[in-house]
Amino acid sequence: MTALRVGATSFKLRRRPLVMVAVALVLLAVVLVVDIMIGDFPLTASQVVDTLLGGGTRRDQFVVMELRMPRALTGLLVGGALGLSGAIFQAIVRNPLASPDILGVTWGAGAGAVSVITFAGSLGVVTGGAASIGLPLAGLAGGLVAGLLVYALAWRQGIEGFRMVLVGIGITAVAGNFTHYLLTVGDVQDAGRAMVWITGSLNGRGWEHVVPVALALVVLVPVALIGGHVLGALQFGDETSRGLGVRVNLARSLLIVVAIVLASVATAAAGPIAFVALATPQIALRLAGTAQPPLFGSVVVGGVLVMLSDLVARTVYRLELPVGVVTAVLGAPYLMYLLVRSRREARV
Amino acid sequence: MSVRLEASSLCVGYGERLVVDTLDLSIVGGTVTAVIGPNGCGKSTLLRALGRLLPARSGAVLLDGKQIDRMPTREVAQVLGLLPQAPSAPEGLTVADLVARGRHPHQAWYRQWSSDDAAAVSAAMEMTGISDLADRTVDELSGGQRQRAWISMALAQGTDLLLLDEPTTYLDLAHQIDVLDLVQELHSSMGRTVVMVLHDLNLAARYADVVVAMRDGRIVAQGAPSEVLTESMLLDVFGLDARVVEDPVSGTPLVVPVGSRHRVP
Repeated sequence: MTALRVGATSFKLRRRPLVMVAVALVLLAVVLVVDIMIGDFPLTASQVVDTLLGGGTRRDQFVVMELRMPRALTGLLVGGALGLSGAIFQAIVRNPLASPDILGVTWGAGAGAVSVITFAGSLGVVTGGAASIGLPLAGLAGGLVAGLLVYALAWRQGIEGFRMVLVGIGITAVAGNFTHYLLTVGDVQDAGRAMVWITGSLNGRGWEHVVPVALALVVLVPVALIGGHVLGALQFGDETSRGLGVRVNLARSLLIVVAIVLASVATAAAGPIAFVALATPQIALRLAGTAQPPLFGSVVVGGVLVMLSDLVARTVYRLELPVGVVTAVLGAPYLMYLLVRSRREARV
Repeated sequence: MSVRLEASSLCVGYGERLVVDTLDLSIVGGTVTAVIGPNGCGKSTLLRALGRLLPARSGAVLLDGKQIDRMPTREVAQVLGLLPQAPSAPEGLTVADLVARGRHPHQAWYRQWSSDDAAAVSAAMEMTGISDLADRTVDELSGGQRQRAWISMALAQGTDLLLLDEPTTYLDLAHQIDVLDLVQELHSSMGRTVVMVLHDLNLAARYADVVVAMRDGRIVAQGAPSEVLTESMLLDVFGLDARVVEDPVSGTPLVVPVGSRHRVP
């Protein structure tokens, strides 16, 4: 094991996770460029790079900076936020099933956001610009309520992974039904808009969607990486962790709030894109060869995953599909695999 | 010889039930103490309260004279290490990584792997004889190897005081001896203070300086093994009819249960 030591600071350097992050970052850049190339006005790779560096014609500038870049960036950032959120949850709960989708956070955020979409139209309370600010906030509120409710209800002198997953499934059902109730009572047009949003879509995303997620990531990625050191000592049972001098409940609560905020903000921007937060940390973990989901690795892999899925969603079919359809098609078999595997382990 | 760890009128319980009842105990520095007693007598609960894993309902635990629940948990972790019963590690964690986690109380987010950390971890693995297993994952180890890996983690923590909750459970006799020899070594060559819960009375008699016998949350007897492990104590504490003879190897008490098959009417 090599180490990087400068003065009083020191870090472990492991080759495989570093190589994995480097490769994923290159892949991320490639997918970003390809994503921007493809569309009704096809561009070449050099045109895209040129335009991004400030060159290109005015038409190219418009297509890249106004139409495609915000969508691609929303996908990238949402994927990163979901990946990180899932990684934190899975490390804390010590269960690969734990993720904001399963634990009700995503659907809580969904219910919050759909409230804004439907009430904004039919009641005229929130309109236009207010709705675009209100949506992330309502999503955040919904996600926090659902997430903290799961944490509180599953609490019994500590956290046990399986109980949290079960409570989460219950909260998911409640939030999902509330959302469907809103769709039923809401205006038809609003309900239609909300329906597309619920599937998880990057269609028509502009800079106003990029900004909240970008802000959340700028603040919370460093927080998570600093907290990640404690995460390493939290991966054993509570007693061992306390023995190592970790204030278990405090550390875990703070990290869970970070994970909930990340998932909620991401959901408010693009809808509940299914399975990304569930699968990303496990993919990153296998690629990096670590015992715990790597945090930064999960950010990058999540970004690649959502952008690639959106690329597929935009191109494979005559119609443009919502990205959530693609991630669900890929993710559902993976969830089944996890369930089968955990049952087998329980039997041994 | 100073008192390092002390329970003073300590009461600990779960919900309604009081498991440790107004208990006083002093652990002297540099000794090995074995806590014995029947199942459910509160010996694990006592150990966990001594390691501030459970709050005192009344009374207090004092570490070097200071009330342990008022000390920062990190500060405690630099002095007192503990190994819970049957600890669990995530799948895929390597032995080196497990042992390295023992350094957590000495680290910060910006100081994650100092040269002290590296030295302490390799010394701990050396001492338990698991250096060659460093890159194996914890889940593929045998029970004895795994227990040694966990003890290495506690050693890497570099604490004077070690609390071990049944360190020999699930191990065959040879591995039990291995682990206890290691405890003996820590005590004799490094002057560590060890408190452990043990089920096997004969091993407790061999390896401990002080034996503490508990029943119903209270201490019934404590002292040198030969003073505590008597036929009347065994009957009183365990309800066990047994003879106590001299261990032919160590000279310590050896408990030989009678059992119904051999009982002379």
